Amino acid sequence: MPEGFISNLYVFVLAGFLGFEVIRRVSPLLHTPLMALTNALDAIVVVAAIIIAGREGTRLSEILGAIAVAAAFSNMVGGFLITDRMLRMFKLSGRKKQ
Amino acid sequence: MNITILNPTSVQYLTDFSYIIAITFFVLSLKWLSSPATARRGVLVGEIGAGMAVVTTFFNPELVQFKWILIALLVGVIIGIPLGLVHMTAVPQRTAMSHAFGALAAALIGISEYYMRIPHINKFEMTEIAMEVIIGSLSFTGSLIAAGKLQEWLPQRPIVYKGQNYVSFTVLGAAVLSALILIFNPMTPFLFPAMVIISLLFGVMLVTPIGGADMPTVIALLNAYVGLTAALLGFVLNSKVLVVAGALDGSSGFILAVIMCKAMNRSFSNVLFGAFGQLQVSAKGDQEERIVHSATPEEAAAILTASNTILVVPGYGMAVAQAQHKVREMFDVLTKKGIDVKFGIHPVAGRMPGHMNVLLAEADVPYDKLIEMDDANGEMAQTDVVLIIGANDVVNPAAKTDQSSPIYGMPIIEVNNARTVMVIKRSLNPGFAGIDNPLFYLDNTLMLFGDAKSFVSGIVKELSGGGE
Repeated sequence: MPEGFISNLYVFVLAGFLGFEVIRRVSPLLHTPLMALTNALDAIVVVAAIIIAGREGTRLSEILGAIAVAAAFSNMVGGFLITDRMLRMFKLSGRKKQ
Repeated sequence: MNITILNPTSVQYLTDFSYIIAITFFVLSLKWLSSPATARRGVLVGEIGAGMAVVTTFFNPELVQFKWILIALLVGVIIGIPLGLVHMTAVPQRTAMSHAFGALAAALIGISEYYMRIPHINKFEMTEIAMEVIIGSLSFTGSLIAAGKLQEWLPQRPIVYKGQNYVSFTVLGAAVLSALILIFNPMTPFLFPAMVIISLLFGVMLVTPIGGADMPTVIALLNAYVGLTAALLGFVLNSKVLVVAGALDGSSGFILAVIMCKAMNRSFSNVLFGAFGQLQVSAKGDQEERIVHSATPEEAAAILTASNTILVVPGYGMAVAQAQHKVREMFDVLTKKGIDVKFGIHPVAGRMPGHMNVLLAEADVPYDKLIEMDDANGEMAQTDVVLIIGANDVVNPAAKTDQSSPIYGMPIIEVNNARTVMVIKRSLNPGFAGIDNPLFYLDNTLMLFGDAKSFVSGIVKELSGGGE
């Protein structure tokens, strides 16, 4: 069994439960921003892609790593941007812009 | 690189601590999303956490070159900014595209790990990599197909043929078989690209047969797969930050998928393999003489003005007609007259979870006027007028009464309990789901025939002309 498998499994199970409890409380009003935000957070795979692209490796791993960096980082940038744009639109009555 | 003047062990601590802070911030970020009042703060901490994790990764002593990383990050910014600035009407396809990118990134990292490790790869590692790459690849192409359907580059109609499910499962079986051979016989590396290609193909076959109306569930399921891929990648690379981020994303997608399925009274397997929304032969020949009442914008405006409480029920048709801004104008005029106007939002209205809410929020409708299905149903008996704009199945009373209807059992907004129902619709044609809607023939229903945007414009013109 590879190093850390069991501790990763602990982390996975606990994070899954934590996610379930936290996300269950998100109002259906915000389900679209929720999806955009979790997409941006999931784009943290970019840190793994950076290592793959930049470490001593083959030409293939450099190329695959660089594409992965671009794909993941576009999600991170775009995901946070659109989540914030959407959330700015949600206003209460009597507090309209203009 | 000179960056490695730092002692590698202390760099390791630095990275680990920054990743721990990042995941703490990620959880806070999701927690604050529970209410619109704190949600933007949530985005900010998410950004700080992610930014810190990216920056500290650059100190990793394994890194020997930075040029390609920086170019790739720049490309990511160039692609990401326009994808962050799309119109709210394009948000469903944008979301599907970002699922595709997320899956692509994770799958490519898995593929690259495989080629770094062979031939020294044990069965356990191979199992993890194979699972990660199969799910990542099928989520990538599946999301691309979903995006194509939502952008209407591909037909939204389900594309089906006889024996489809057998063919699809055979293809998935072939991918799993190649994985098994790779696990037990690592001397067959040529099977690895085959496994990737077969998985990509399966992703296409998985989503092509699914119709537009099922997209909310499919997008949520793909979201869950992408999260799962990231978590599996965390196992492959022994990276806890990925395990946590993947688990959070995966549970979010899973919860949304369950909510969507419940809102349609269907199971996952029925959504994925049921090819809902094919043209059905509807048995309505015997009821040709049903009476339909219709009204003009002038009459509709008069009825709206005479009421005290109005519930608007929007659906995908409102998004297609781009009518949300006109609807907001109508909302403003009616509210000024002292009429209570609310919007009843069905969980699966539109093409993704929460779709109607962002469209109406973009049009400046205050969010305290957007109410959920159960609340709308609770207030229905006191509602004078229900105005349905581009929604059909989610208000179909057959879901309650007609056991032979394909949507029987689906929770609906029970508009037929209101005093008057008005339905803006192009014609009496059933939608592509082909499900007959008895609501249109009720005595208290008025059909407003026309395009949603121009009909609502007509009502607004009448309201503001006649009322002041």
